[in-house]
Amino acid sequence: MSNHELPRMPKSWRLESKPHKFCPGCGHGLVLKALGMAIDELGIQDRVVFGCDIGCSLLAWDFFNVDTIQTHHGRTTPVVTGVKRANPEAIVIAYMGDGGGYAIGSQHLVNAAARNELITAILVNNTNYGMTGGQMAPTTLPGQKTETTPYGRDVKEAGYPTQGPEMVAAIAREGAYVARGTIANLKQLTRFIKKALQNQMEGRGFSFVEVLSACPTNWRTNAKDTWEFVEKEMTKYFKVGEIKVPAAEGGETDE
Amino acid sequence: MADKPIEGEKKAFMTGNEVVAWAALAAGAEIMYGYPITPQNEIMHYWTRLAPKFNRKFLQTEDELSAGFTTIGGVLAGKRAFTATAGPGNTLMQEPMSMAEMMRLPTVVVIQQRGGPSTATVIYSQQEVTMTTYGGNGEGLRIVYSTSNHQELFDYTIKAFNTAWKYRFPTFILGDGYQAKMRESLTIYDPEVRGIEMVPTTPYVLRPGQIGVNREPNHLRNTYNTEEELYEVLQKHISAYNEVAPEIVEYQEFGTEDAEIVVVSHGVVFRSCKGAVQELREEGLRVGYFRPITLRPFPGEQLRKVAERARMLLIVESAYGQLAKLVKDAIFGCSVRIEGLFKPGVGITSEEVVTKVKELL
Repeated sequence: MSNHELPRMPKSWRLESKPHKFCPGCGHGLVLKALGMAIDELGIQDRVVFGCDIGCSLLAWDFFNVDTIQTHHGRTTPVVTGVKRANPEAIVIAYMGDGGGYAIGSQHLVNAAARNELITAILVNNTNYGMTGGQMAPTTLPGQKTETTPYGRDVKEAGYPTQGPEMVAAIAREGAYVARGTIANLKQLTRFIKKALQNQMEGRGFSFVEVLSACPTNWRTNAKDTWEFVEKEMTKYFKVGEIKVPAAEGGETDE
Repeated sequence: MADKPIEGEKKAFMTGNEVVAWAALAAGAEIMYGYPITPQNEIMHYWTRLAPKFNRKFLQTEDELSAGFTTIGGVLAGKRAFTATAGPGNTLMQEPMSMAEMMRLPTVVVIQQRGGPSTATVIYSQQEVTMTTYGGNGEGLRIVYSTSNHQELFDYTIKAFNTAWKYRFPTFILGDGYQAKMRESLTIYDPEVRGIEMVPTTPYVLRPGQIGVNREPNHLRNTYNTEEELYEVLQKHISAYNEVAPEIVEYQEFGTEDAEIVVVSHGVVFRSCKGAVQELREEGLRVGYFRPITLRPFPGEQLRKVAERARMLLIVESAYGQLAKLVKDAIFGCSVRIEGLFKPGVGITSEEVVTKVKELL
């Protein structure tokens, strides 16, 4: 999409549910825009099964004109795995937050990656539990204040941020696709998501895209500070780029 | 590739777990998702040996949460999907089954009860009655068949798929470690030769057609924004359940017309009770039995009629009053005396039932 064009909605978006339900300034809308563009470009609207985790991710449940399943917190990965195993023609997407993917549902993410399930997981990293009011997440940065780390995340007590794509890449075998994108670079994010979906469609293996996202409501940041946090603070711990690509594919990094 | 798992009818002598695998094959189950836990493991063992021969699938998951949620995925894809578990696995299974309850998904789960609470024993119990009938954060909108022998295990496993897909409530076969592990003779059969027609399945996602042209996307919910919205959905589910319950309810009774004492039991314990009642009758004592086959929905009206005639109900179970709770709830207000022979996690013999009844007469 060229920057000179007027903003347009992906064809796979559901007009009746717009404007969307996320907070002003939330990153989910941008992630879902990238996903919508990827679905459109691949022409797969009729084949997609979109699973939504619980948390802010759930607010995407009527975002698209694609078959959508509300699941349980952390359980989106097994639900879409079950669909895919029963119907290999489906193109399944598990959409979740950092809490759903790296905390309560981490065993599902790890084992789906280990089995090289032909599914695509998209995980939105906004460094906190947004829906429940801004508690510490596995991805909360050291020193970052949240409702359950009011004096800042103390790494001695609460550990360091989970580096999800690195973990998944370490587990996944040849054929898997693992990347970390950011809402600060939508073109790249759309490419990553598209490649993740293609990886599934071509039967190569598990695909996983983490997205650095923003939560100005719980971060209590204005627009400038929000973008600074996404682009400067988060990237200190979370390196943007492709982390694992099948041998046949060329990789790219943010540098 | 063989055409049908079972041609016609066959005499067999096998363990209950093997029976379940054959029944699921015969019922046309297309995929099993499972996680190892004793005493249900051999269901997976037989399934994984037989399934590829009949183009059926299996996925071993990372835990029972995943086994339950992948089963839901299989059902959403429109397949006869099932899983099997026990004890602590059944505890985890309650989370996915609450989703199935809310979304009225025709999941089939086989439970082979083991000792509890906690890890307890891998052997046997009837301590998963409360959890299987009313587990999860829900209202017990499920169907639970409690089998007592291998023939029933075969018959009701087939039936469970039809009940689930006809009524669209999560359906359970409640067995136990004794039934799982013991060998017994039975007749296995192709449902068709018995005139059993398998209820067709339909997908919830990826229905035929093109979105925006000749089909709408399906947005499947289990989450609601307001109390009123949830209430409306639950009212519909509850009234649908109550409406079909009389068609689903199954039970057996004997000698209840003139019995002073009616022995109430379910599952494998019913065999001891049936034997005991026959023996006591032969001695000329006025004893009968009542056996719910469906624990959900419970044959409450039928039991109430029995309770209104009898002097006493003796509830016998390998649990500390889990069946008794269902019974008392069903016959509330009835003045019949209630006694219990409760042996949590332990088997019960006919002799023990005979002795207990004689004490009470």
